[in-house]
Amino acid sequence: MNLFKLSWKYLTFRPLSTGLNVFLLALGLAIITVLLLIQDQFEKKMSQDAAGIDLVVGAKGSPLQLILAGVYHIDFPTGNIPMDEAQKLSRNRLVKNIIPMALGDNYQGFRIVGTNHDYPALYEAKMQSGVLWTKPFEVVLGAEVAGKSGYKVGDEFLGSHGISVGSHEHDANKFKVVGVLERKGNVLDRLILTSVESIWYTHDEGEAEPADSTTNQEEHHMIKLQDSVAVKGFPKTSESRDLTTLLIQYRNPMAAIQLPRLINSGTSMQAASPSFEMSRLFELLGVGITLLQGLAVVIIGISGLGIFIALYNSLKERKYDLAILRAIGASRGQLLLLIFLEGIMLTFMGAVLGILLGHTFLSVIISQNEQGVVGSLQPWIFLKQELWIVVYALTVGVLASIIPAFAAYQTSIAKQLTKA
Amino acid sequence: MLFESKKLEYSHPGQKTLIFPDISLASGESLLVLGKSGSGKTTLLNLLAGLLKPTAGEVILATKDFARMKGQEMDLFRGKEIGIIFQKPHLLAALNVKENLQMAHFFSKKKGQDIGQLLAELGLSEKAKSSVLTLSEGEAQRVSIARALANSPKLILADEPTSSLDDENAEKVISLLKTQAAKIGAALIIVTHDQRVKAHIPNFVEVQAS
Repeated sequence: MNLFKLSWKYLTFRPLSTGLNVFLLALGLAIITVLLLIQDQFEKKMSQDAAGIDLVVGAKGSPLQLILAGVYHIDFPTGNIPMDEAQKLSRNRLVKNIIPMALGDNYQGFRIVGTNHDYPALYEAKMQSGVLWTKPFEVVLGAEVAGKSGYKVGDEFLGSHGISVGSHEHDANKFKVVGVLERKGNVLDRLILTSVESIWYTHDEGEAEPADSTTNQEEHHMIKLQDSVAVKGFPKTSESRDLTTLLIQYRNPMAAIQLPRLINSGTSMQAASPSFEMSRLFELLGVGITLLQGLAVVIIGISGLGIFIALYNSLKERKYDLAILRAIGASRGQLLLLIFLEGIMLTFMGAVLGILLGHTFLSVIISQNEQGVVGSLQPWIFLKQELWIVVYALTVGVLASIIPAFAAYQTSIAKQLTKA
Repeated sequence: MLFESKKLEYSHPGQKTLIFPDISLASGESLLVLGKSGSGKTTLLNLLAGLLKPTAGEVILATKDFARMKGQEMDLFRGKEIGIIFQKPHLLAALNVKENLQMAHFFSKKKGQDIGQLLAELGLSEKAKSSVLTLSEGEAQRVSIARALANSPKLILADEPTSSLDDENAEKVISLLKTQAAKIGAALIIVTHDQRVKAHIPNFVEVQAS
């Protein structure tokens, strides 16, 4: 027997009240844990995915939407832009590098992105197996796509139209897996990369087939399929083609001032800066986050009050117990410690449970939307800040125990025991 | 003499000073403290247990005057050398019978008597693991006696230990107190107005409200 065990016995003697207080505290702390984890990983991921992209160019519309669609592949694209206009832009001396992208297809919710080899290079992607695409309809899978679908190099699958699940399938041409990327924890994990030409030809088929399927056109395509695709710069074509977005790297700081204005006013396209749009987004989300944090603080406050009331009430019932402890040799200090220990043990349990609950919440949220940007968060990463949660909780415990502990300290044994 | 109290005086705030008769007991002796309600019996018991500080006089147990001890020293001394049995058992409800006795060992920092054996002697062996809430009144009072005896104290104080018990249990409790006190060589002081106790212990002092 020691003080720890005695405190524990008293806590478990009132399982409902103890349970309620622990749970309430855990709930508050769980919200804080989830916010902490999401904020940390989300912002890290957001800036990681946007690294090296200075400007995104696409069709006119919401700049935030353009960024979400073009960089993070969450939102729908704003529309298409003509390629000759895009090519004009690439000749601008302020542009260091320009990566064209054609979006519009998916495979079971994973987006198929038509682009060139600069795109994986931007994220310093490494091949886990196979090679990058060189011919039309050859694709490279992101690590998560490969994991979920189970496809390996050499496998073939059909893409479907649109960027979310449930649209009609392009059944004319099968995509052939030629490589799988290593898992880097960035946006590429959730993407299927291919050439811009693949996306074009898929849609040509879809439109051409119902109209007429002359041998002439068949041959035309057969030839095209043998050609290699553009691995750098823009795809070569004689026809007038469309792209969806362009990712631009500036040549110098001057570009940041001139280029967006040039594009926004001088062309039918719009330019948006990822860092600007994301900070705008976080500003919008900030209200919600602050609200949740406030809620968590209120819950923690209530649970602190609950712990205080529980200790204080139990103290009334336990005045005899405390007096008895004194009578069998316990000092005032030991009783003080006993009550503090109870508060601290209670809140420590709350803290541990809260952190576990927070991580569990997050893993549930993640499993609920695997293809979204949340889907790539890691629920079981533990942060240093979580230690602070334990510290906060213990502070709540100590604060809630101060008054009851001193009441215990001052209990007069003689009065208590001989009153009855 | 194992235990002596000399010229004990105590005054409750705003009341007359109480003057108590001197007590002296040898090892194994027992004594009753009698008196009407409100005569200060309980105050005397608190003084003898070191729960209250006398305004004058001394209380000596095994050559130590503990009336002058303070704070933690007093608590520890009480835990080690004085066993107190209250009118009600006041067992710790959160603990089982055995754990209640272990607490006595823990707080007094003393090895004390073997708990299993002690419980056997008091006829409580089967109850060792039971919650104290399941005990009958008589059993609970015996557990509280076992707790008072757990550290083999030199002085056993009992405050109306039989007042809420039936004849059979009262009988048991008194004989237990007597035999156990004799066995460990402790002085036994019982504060009571219970006739059943007087029949067993002839030796008494009377406290009078003066």
